[in-house]
Parts: sequence; C-alpha cells; structure tokens
Amino acid sequence: MDKIYMDHIAGTPLLPEALEAMMPFFKEHFGNPSSIHGFGEEAENAINESREKVAALIGANPDEIVFTSCGTESNNFAFKGVPFARRSKGDHIITTPIEHFSIMHTIKVMEKLGFEVTQVPVDKYGMVDPEEVKKAITDKTILVSIQHANPEVGTIQPIAEIGKITSERGIPFHTDAVDSVGAVHINVKQMNVDLLSLSANMFYGPKGAGALYVRKGVSVRPLLDGGIQEKGKRAGTENVPAIVGMGVAAETAMKEMENRRVKLEALGKKLKSGLLERIDHLLEFGHPEKRLPGNVSVGAQFIEGESVLLFMDMAGVAIASGSACISRSLKVSHVMLAMGMDHADAQGSLLFTLGKDNTEADVEKVFEALPPIIQRLRDMSPLYKKKSG
Amino acid sequence: MAMKYSDTVLDHFTNPRNVGEIENADGIGEVGNPSCGDIMTFYIKVKDEKIEDVKFKTFGCGAAIAVSSMISEMAKGKTLEEALKIQNKDVAKELEGLPAQKMHCSNLGADALHAAIHSYQSAKEKGLSAPPKVIIDHEHEEGDEHGDGCGCPSCEKDEHTGASTCSTCGPEE
Repeated sequence: MDKIYMDHIAGTPLLPEALEAMMPFFKEHFGNPSSIHGFGEEAENAINESREKVAALIGANPDEIVFTSCGTESNNFAFKGVPFARRSKGDHIITTPIEHFSIMHTIKVMEKLGFEVTQVPVDKYGMVDPEEVKKAITDKTILVSIQHANPEVGTIQPIAEIGKITSERGIPFHTDAVDSVGAVHINVKQMNVDLLSLSANMFYGPKGAGALYVRKGVSVRPLLDGGIQEKGKRAGTENVPAIVGMGVAAETAMKEMENRRVKLEALGKKLKSGLLERIDHLLEFGHPEKRLPGNVSVGAQFIEGESVLLFMDMAGVAIASGSACISRSLKVSHVMLAMGMDHADAQGSLLFTLGKDNTEADVEKVFEALPPIIQRLRDMSPLYKKKSG
Repeated sequence: MAMKYSDTVLDHFTNPRNVGEIENADGIGEVGNPSCGDIMTFYIKVKDEKIEDVKFKTFGCGAAIAVSSMISEMAKGKTLEEALKIQNKDVAKELEGLPAQKMHCSNLGADALHAAIHSYQSAKEKGLSAPPKVIIDHEHEEGDEHGDGCGCPSCEKDEHTGASTCSTCGPEE
C-alpha cells in the first residue's frame, strides 16, 4: 500500500536536488567555514551562496540573514535577543496567544526575567486586529512579535498593516513566518517587518537549517556566545550541508512558488468542500479566505482526533490534529482555545496539510477512508447520541 | 507510528469489545472531562451480584478506547466485589502497558466501571426503579502547575513532583 502524506506542516520531504548539492559537504568539502585555508573557503563560499538564495526568497539583503539550526531557534533568538538588546529602552513585549510553542514557552521565561508581555486577542478565525496591537503599544514597548501564518488553523495575519503601525512608532517587529516562507510570496520590505523566522524543512529543505532575517540596524543579543560566526550574531560552527540544502530549496521554492500555490489552493479547496459534503457535524477552522494554501483544518464533532489519526494511519494516510491526546502536554490546542472554541469541539481537530506532490487521487483516498472511520468512532461516542439524538 | 501502543492496545482499539449501551441497565457510570480528552460511559446488567453484561461508549483517544474495551472483558462474569477490586493499573497491565503520558488521562476504565457498580448499588439501596447515572468528573488536582493539562510534557510522568524542569513551566529557579 502506498502511504499518503498530508502532514507537510510537520515536515516536508527533501528535494532530490537539495540532497545532491548537500552530499559533497558531508564528504570532500568538509572544511570549517571559519578556517582561512582552501577547505574553509570552499565551505564559506557555499554558505554565502545559500545566504543569497535565502535572502532572495524573502526580499532581503544577504547580510541581513543569520543562519540558525531551526525555526525554534530563530524564534527564541528574536523573542529574547531583541528585548535583551533593548532593555534600557523598556520592558514591554506584544504578541498573541496563538504563537508556536517556541514563542509561547519563551513568553513565560521572559516574564520570569521581569519583562511584561501582552497577548493581543484573536477573533474566532484566529485573526489579529491591527487596532488591538496599536492599543497595546506603550512607551515601554520594545518588541512586537506576531506569527505570519498559523500552522494549525491556516489563518494568515495582516502583517504589513501591523508593521506599518510598529514602524511608525519605531518598535522592532518580528514575525514567525516558518509556516509561510516558501508557501506564499514573502517580501520583508512590503511586510514592514524587522525580523522574520524561517525554517528550511517547511519548504522541502533539510532539517537542521533555519534563519532569522534581521533588518540592518536592528540590535539583537546573540543566544549563543562564542566564535564570530554569522557576523557575531550566532556563534557555533555552521551546519554547512544543511545550509547548502536550504539554499537550493529556497531557489526552487522561488521558481515554483506560483505553480505550487495554485495547485495547493485548488487541491485544498477540493479536499475541504468534499469533506464538508461527505461528513456532517464538521466544523471549519481558521479564516475562510486568508489562509495557507493546502491547509485544511476541520473538526469532527463528538469524536477525538487521535483515534481518527490512528485509523487513518492504518488506512495509509498521515494527517495531524490539535487534540489534547496528540500533544505531549495533553492539553487542548492553545490556538483553538484562544479562538474561543469549546474544549470538546477542539478535540475533534483534524489537520490536512497538503504538499506539492499530493494528487487528486490522494484526496479521493481521503474521501473514501475518512467518513467510515468518523462514523465508527461516533457510534462509539457517548457525546454523539446525546447531541444528535 | 510515534505513539507507541502495544499490540494488545492496538487490537482492542481496532476491534473494541462490548461497545454500545444496555437498555434498562442496572447501573450506569461515567468518568471523564472533555478538556482532557476522554469520556467513558459504562452500562452494566447485574444478576445474583454478578456482572452479567457490560457495555460502554467512549469519547477519546486510542488508549481510552482500548482501556474501555479491556475492562469490559475483565469485568464480565465477575462478582461486584471482585469487579470493585480491579484497579486502573490492572487494566494497563492487561493491555501490556500504556505510554506514560496516557496513564493519568486515559486509564480511567476501572473508575468508570466502579461508578456503574455504585449506580447499581445506590438504586438497590434506595429501592429506585431506574439507576441514577453516577458521574465522576475527572478534574485535575488543585494547584496543578500544568493547568488544564494532564501530565508533564518533558518528563511524561503523571506525577511530576521532583522533576526539576518542565518545558511548560519553564526552567525552575
């Protein structure tokens, strides 16, 4: 049985051309980019070539790209590094309650360190109102950090609008664009952002490579102290093969973005409307239009997501869920709770994130496999009869 | 798959025994809380102080369904006294273990069965014609620093006393 993968928000397959480009840097081009001899130079040239490609993907200058190990590191770097560098100017940070864990858990750390964090509310679609950000700004605000696209519900925030407000007030603005870079057109200048997190594995690059865009003139205190890699912003020997792979993936993403977007939007639409047609008591999560292409986030009422995932996995389709039973913390998704959803409804979360290689046949397979699984679990559920009967 | 379930758990999850409801049940018990993810409702038929039949309905994860199925098998034919002695941990043992983070949340089968027995006993004591549904709300202990979660995400233990760090709480002082 061919396995179908619909969990691209968790990770994407590596492009063959990226792997091919990476291989020599595991073998003969093993030099340390900091060395001044030829071995080092080879590696240094390779990462700088990648820097140009990653910068081009988001409309930045190459010297504004700091390579990191992943999206989590980039988010930590921005959310800690900017306040640490600007502490003399204030102690107030603005963010949202629907960020990735690498921000959500960092909020708690920053609060323990004495910073004050305001989480502006989101509406039922998980959308931030720029006016709320404006209202939350004080004379002490030293950072605003708002994610671009939410992985769980797909909603894309009005980043450019928020960036206009922050730039008028001279406050650094960070966006976590890990889930959107490579999927939709990104230009840091048009978006009015000062910092932007991205991760290679979200656009068919390797794991172990991420980046933080830091606009020229914005101060960030490094998380890692040591050698003078990445212009002193991130110490530690660079993961050269992964960075090379990220560069190739960025180049391909730029070339293929429009094709990928058109295809994923159509396939996502087909999947969502087909599911709504075939399954009753199915809730739609996230904004109906302003959303990531190929991100289909729904909730099957009266049942719990993990059991659906297990049965779907047995049927050969890999999907995700924001159910408490999936998360290692056993908590209902903080995103859905912030959107004002009922606990039981959030438990039925089913998340399909399509990728460039998914086909119409894959979607048909979901139509065939999912409805009987949901019916079977509903027949087993004490909530089903209560509500429908 | 990432969720490591034993073969026995997967067997009971994919082919759960005794799913359903009993009309005119002698006892009905329910345990759970949707914030945690699992709700189990048990129905029993009692004859000569023995559990003659048992059925359940469960809202929850793979572990919760397997636990419900397993305890329904364990309880059938037992005297009420014997059934009341079955502990949640006995069910997990029969299932060849459960992932650590599922022990606290999903392993509530014995509680649900006992609630159904108490429902039967209270109906009998009070001479009621229909048994009252006994509901145990599975709330988390007061002062649980993990809020509405069920366990520590970093140590994956249901009892997190002694854990020095926890990614939810942030590093300890």
